[in-house]
Amino acid sequence: MTYREALRRALDEELARDPNVFLMGEEIGRFEGSYKVTAGLWAKYGGKRVRETPISEEGFVGAGVGAAMIGLRPVVEIMTINFIVPAMDMVVNHAAKVRSMFGGKVGVPMVIRTPGGAGAQLTAQHSQSLEAWFAHVPGLKVVAPSNPWDAYGMLKTAIRDDDPVLFVENLVLYNLTGEVPEEGTDITVPFGLANVVREGTDLTIIAHSYTVRRALNIADRFLQDGISVEVIDLRSLRPLDIDTCIASVKKTTRALVAEEGWATFGIGAEIAARLHRACFDELDAPVERVGGAEAPMPYAKNLELAALAQEDKIGAAARRLLADCGLVDA
Amino acid sequence: MSKAEKAQEARTLAPEHALAVLRGMILIRRFEERAEEQYTRARIGGYCHLAIGEEASNVGAIDPLTDDDYVFTSYRDHGTALAVGSPPAAVMAELFGRATGVAGGYGGSMHMLDVERHFLGGWGIVGGHLPIAVGAALALDYRDESAAVLCQLGDGATNTGAFHEALNLAEIWNLPIVFQVINNQYGMGTNVEQASAEPEIYKRAAAYRIHGERVDGNDVEEVWFATDRLMRRARDERKPALIETMTYRWRGHSVADAGKVYRSPDEVEAWKERDPIVRYAAILMDRGVLDEEALAAMRKDVAQEISEAISEAASAPVPDPDGLYTHVYAPGWEEQFVHMDQAGPFGEREGTKHWRK
Ligand SMILES: Cc1ncc(C[n+]2csc(CCOP(=O)(O)OP(=O)(O)O)c2C)c(N)n1
Ligand SMILES: [Mg+2]
Repeated sequence: MTYREALRRALDEELARDPNVFLMGEEIGRFEGSYKVTAGLWAKYGGKRVRETPISEEGFVGAGVGAAMIGLRPVVEIMTINFIVPAMDMVVNHAAKVRSMFGGKVGVPMVIRTPGGAGAQLTAQHSQSLEAWFAHVPGLKVVAPSNPWDAYGMLKTAIRDDDPVLFVENLVLYNLTGEVPEEGTDITVPFGLANVVREGTDLTIIAHSYTVRRALNIADRFLQDGISVEVIDLRSLRPLDIDTCIASVKKTTRALVAEEGWATFGIGAEIAARLHRACFDELDAPVERVGGAEAPMPYAKNLELAALAQEDKIGAAARRLLADCGLVDA
Repeated sequence: MSKAEKAQEARTLAPEHALAVLRGMILIRRFEERAEEQYTRARIGGYCHLAIGEEASNVGAIDPLTDDDYVFTSYRDHGTALAVGSPPAAVMAELFGRATGVAGGYGGSMHMLDVERHFLGGWGIVGGHLPIAVGAALALDYRDESAAVLCQLGDGATNTGAFHEALNLAEIWNLPIVFQVINNQYGMGTNVEQASAEPEIYKRAAAYRIHGERVDGNDVEEVWFATDRLMRRARDERKPALIETMTYRWRGHSVADAGKVYRSPDEVEAWKERDPIVRYAAILMDRGVLDEEALAAMRKDVAQEISEAISEAASAPVPDPDGLYTHVYAPGWEEQFVHMDQAGPFGEREGTKHWRK
């Protein structure tokens, strides 16, 4: 099953399970979703449960907050993460604040699903990975699954969660195929637990979302050099599972954090800081960070390729780190 | 009475002028058809939103502008670029991601611009450019310039918060700006009736005490005279306005959308009957300004021009990949970043050379 179909199945099952769950977003009905995640759901559940919206992100994200405050469970689709920016006020100043600001008397059980990512020449305004912004904010939860199983299981968890969740998908992952839990099992995937997707002994690569796929390919390639790479899929950014990262790095003594977004003030910065404190004695080299080029994404294919945190860039960073430690030739 | 005033009175364009306007529409049509074909040949990447069917709305609104006026638009911007007079070869080169493109290959389909011709962009976030256009009008007013801003937007964009804030600001500050809502009936797959509480969009202007009017966006002279009148009023009296040009997008939302699920073939056909180019050519023939032969020659000439633009664009160099960071900030301020280099994330401190193959 593809990542897209896994999401659709989770939405379908949750819509069927709980009448308070409803979907809201641009083009998610008749048009079946810009990326076809909601295909068939409008026909099946009708316009009340699968509500089409105008291009009014601030309006309908805010409406999601209000509906959630009195007991509904809105699952809001933002066509791509770039378009959440006009609704940032509703997410950061409102959704994230409600529970604490009102003394725990009311909450916002809302999910915002949105894909990030780049690589299709969509240029500066349509190629961003902004999840680090949200992971910075107390009151929000942020998850970013990298495979169909987790996409399915974590979306169910997100919908059942009592607080606002930013559920980050990825444009390139939608067609990825993989296993999903069998029908009728109602298996979910918890938040706050990273996943060691490849065991290794020489270097830990920590990633989330699409970058996990890249890390796995890099791990394959290093086998030729006799290097064993461990790959950690964070899955959940806030809550973050630093324990799994620490245990891995105590074993491998080397770590690299890779992300599609900009590394400066990013997810790698957070993880590197925690690893340096927790693994100071064990580390053989400083934790390395890799992100997308710190420039608005250019259009031309050659410029875009140079800007992306591609396998060659992450691989080169890993190689240099290993070379500094004398494990491979530079 | 000046020539322009006489034309306003007669509400028809002088023969030479009319032929140039017709050619401008044919140029957009041909350019877009070829762009669509080049996209399917993978010479163009990303999104590609075509203006086929909307030529009269573009040419009719942009042709009456003066050299001092400014233009803003959305990502459906190839027609706008051609209408302001950007060379087709440079627009095509931008689509091809070449260094000779209007934005040097950095912007692509959605981000055309032509600073010399006062076209300040194709913008990709729906509604985002409206307040920016208001800011340009503010600057014109601030400097007492006798010029105005034409801000094009889609019907869908009128449902963003930015639309309402922009209109309110334009009116309370008496700014020289005309908002042109190119109502092509759809925002992606969503019909105007479905998305807008007031589907007669021009009426929304009244909420801000702004003059609003609706014209046939497939009648190039109707668009021309209405825009000309409103732009003069904006320039001379500092009064904002909203003009809604009713038209239709023949193709899907972008080249990737077949444009079929959410509308009927009959609807599309009915609009094709009102082809702005065919209609205007017929009018000019009636007036004795044009005949079949001249029209065929004009089409041939345009086709040739676009073919040459494609060849020129295809043989232009791609941008230098070492220029990845060149335009992030204005030149001359690099000094400020000198102390940020140490121990930065991999790659940022050395540029891109050592991992690019
Ligand atoms: C804030 C924002 N939300 C969503 C999108 C995705 N999107 C791109 S174009 C579009 C439809 C816009 O319709 P309209 O304003 O009528 O312009 P048209 O495409 O018809 O020219 C949408 C929803 C976006 N670019 N920006
Ligand atoms: Mg439209």
